[in-house]
Amino acid sequence: MWKCFSTRTSRCFSTSASNRTLKWWDRVAPAPKDPITSVTEAFLADTSPTKINLGVGAYRDDEGKPVVLQCVKEAEAKIAGCDFLESVSSAVSSKLVEESVKLVYGKNSDIIKEGRFAGVQALSGTGACRLFAEFQRRFYPESQIYMTDPTWSNHHNIWRDALVPERTFHYYHPDSKGLDFSALLDDVKNAPDGSFFLLHPCAHNPTGVDPTEEQWREISYLFKVKNHFPFFDMAYQGFASGDLDRDARSIQIFVEDGNVIGCAQSFAKNMGLYGHRVGCLNVLCNDAKQAVAIKSQLQQIARAMYSSPPIHGILLVSGILSDPNMKALWVKEVKAMANRIQSLRTTLRKSLEQLSSPLNWEHITNQVGMFCFSGLTPEQVDRLLREFHIYMTLDGRMSMAGVTTGNVSYLANAIHEVTKFG
Amino acid sequence: MDSSSVFANIVRAPEDAILGVTVAYNKDSSPDKLNLGVGAYRTEEGKPLVLKVVRRAEQMLVNDNSRVKEYLPIVGLADFNKLSAKLIFGADSPAIQENRVTTVQCLSGTGSLRVGAEFLARHYHQLTIYIPNPTWGNHTKIFGLAGLSVKAYRYYDPATRGLDFQGLLEDLGAAPSGSIVLLHACAHNPTGVDPTIEQWEQIRQLMRSKGLLPFFDSAYQGFASGNLDADAGSVRMFVADGGECLAAQSYAKNMGLYGERVGALSIVCKTADVASRVESQLKLVIRPMYSNPPIHGASIVATILKDRDMYNEWTVELKAMADRIISMRQQLFDSLSARGTPGDWSHIIKQIGMFTFTGLNTKQVAFMTKEYHIYMTSDGRISMAGLSSRTVPHLTEAIHAAVTRAG
Repeated sequence: MWKCFSTRTSRCFSTSASNRTLKWWDRVAPAPKDPITSVTEAFLADTSPTKINLGVGAYRDDEGKPVVLQCVKEAEAKIAGCDFLESVSSAVSSKLVEESVKLVYGKNSDIIKEGRFAGVQALSGTGACRLFAEFQRRFYPESQIYMTDPTWSNHHNIWRDALVPERTFHYYHPDSKGLDFSALLDDVKNAPDGSFFLLHPCAHNPTGVDPTEEQWREISYLFKVKNHFPFFDMAYQGFASGDLDRDARSIQIFVEDGNVIGCAQSFAKNMGLYGHRVGCLNVLCNDAKQAVAIKSQLQQIARAMYSSPPIHGILLVSGILSDPNMKALWVKEVKAMANRIQSLRTTLRKSLEQLSSPLNWEHITNQVGMFCFSGLTPEQVDRLLREFHIYMTLDGRMSMAGVTTGNVSYLANAIHEVTKFG
Repeated sequence: MDSSSVFANIVRAPEDAILGVTVAYNKDSSPDKLNLGVGAYRTEEGKPLVLKVVRRAEQMLVNDNSRVKEYLPIVGLADFNKLSAKLIFGADSPAIQENRVTTVQCLSGTGSLRVGAEFLARHYHQLTIYIPNPTWGNHTKIFGLAGLSVKAYRYYDPATRGLDFQGLLEDLGAAPSGSIVLLHACAHNPTGVDPTIEQWEQIRQLMRSKGLLPFFDSAYQGFASGNLDADAGSVRMFVADGGECLAAQSYAKNMGLYGERVGALSIVCKTADVASRVESQLKLVIRPMYSNPPIHGASIVATILKDRDMYNEWTVELKAMADRIISMRQQLFDSLSARGTPGDWSHIIKQIGMFTFTGLNTKQVAFMTKEYHIYMTSDGRISMAGLSSRTVPHLTEAIHAAVTRAG
């Protein structure tokens, strides 16, 4: 694992500071920067007035500003002044989980009525994935996790730190900039029966490429035949189609087919609660009794990591989801965010076509969700950074949420500049 | 459901010993029930307390329309980190002034300990941590799951109900050089037994001479004596000698922010360069765990710590909480003395912080729960914060009965 090399320095037993030569941390090398958060850091340090941040997947309005949703403001005004600073009561906690899980399985689902799921709140999507990875390792210590190629960079870190080895399976086709469906099916077929897979139910990160409903059906059927375990990381529900229910359709197809699944949910993007770290992890069970067992194990893992998640975000989410008016407002606000992104996708593509770009930019509008996997090479990405102060990750992933009517022409021109010679 | 769950053979995990007490308490329908389990402060009326200064800070945040909910950096809120370091190490600490301290925001004490332990498991050369016997129940699990091997050093002496100082010195003296040692900065949990300043100095000298690495858990700064600086004395003593150490801070109790999960991990290093490299590696621990810490609680803390009036208000409210606990100790002691309960109960007023290690055994504890509906952890630890003048008589009766009837 991590090497512990022993460079013993000579040691004095004197307690005076000047004689101390014992150096605990000399062996600590500087860590590589996170490929996503380091983009934001560099962006913040840039003083150029034309800079654009297309790095992290955080929604921006048409002025390029972060947004606090109206439903969130209302929820926050309600809870200010409440007696809720102690650990989450189990009532509040169950409420959040129940409401979250309704978003996944549909509010009339039998799963919910019969309590056939183990659900715990988690520290947003990352925390939910990590809890599951630790749980997977604990009960299936020899298992691996199959991840899409590519996937969110932090997925690799999460399962690695949980000591679960990873494999990749075909997903993105660089030529079509779409789904490599037949290779995907082959990989699913060829994986040993009962393998664990990490799937993005909608708005795939980083590619924006989602299977069609038909394709999902085929994948689900194959999973059933192979007895694979699908784990869904749903970080962008609402951002793919603008419709929350539709975005969960893939999960529902798997469940209807009788697959037993797990699902991580994040409220960072669709409720704009990034910094509050609110999410949910649920695992489907045979019955309510088993659900109790699994939940207790998940809670134990969490207890040794951070005990319990922060209550403020939990109160906001459960407040919004359990009030029909606030929930309706939220649904509208999600649709508006998704619409704005969709409209800028169209504008960007049109602008590039109007510039007579030699390249095909259809993928900008074919891909869905927050990201566009542009196909730009690392060299082109670097030029965009140095010459135009446009920031994105080296794999060419652009967060479309950072594009505005104010900067889209500048962006199109810049992309054209670095790609016009092919 | 067509197919069986792949997790069908999973058994139910045992209840957490401490949190399980509250679960049992909640199920009890007796009007006399008393929860002396988890260390959460209660008022004289038995209610949880949200500090006034916290309410004010929270209202300020809500009213500030310029505030957004973006991700914090992986290491957390910068202001919060700087202010937390000053709080524990002292504003004039040379280690801070020389930029030798890296501080990262974590999820309360638990999160800070876990991140620190994960970092040590990856980068440190001696993967054994010595923890006092006894210690908070979650310590063993946190360090174990982080990949450290856990050993104990003698700490509590049941005969004196005080510190087994000789045993402590012997055990730390025998520890392999470079071992990590967990130290409760003040108000030891569960015993309430703290070393004196002189004893701390001896511990420091021994540890430095053996190259043992101190890892402080500071969950009760301000609760021990009522004075924040005094309660950080042990930590500052170690930092003052120029050596390195880790310190986990929690704001759960002293700011009453339990549910918001606010804390910080600081690592004091020899040089600024080392501190910077260490920080970069801490980020690699945090990112795959939960990406970045929660914004709300840390914003409240930073708001309070950076405003002189609010800070002063906080110290007053904190002292009031500490004083109420000290007064409960006195009341319980006086009450047991008046009742003539057999035994020496002076440890109740000698022990420090939120907890009293009563010395009651598991049979007696079970008896008190069954007959008197009094809930505490099975090691006989009671949270003084859960007591009030009104409930002291009931507890006295229960202890008296347990001692005289339930061997």
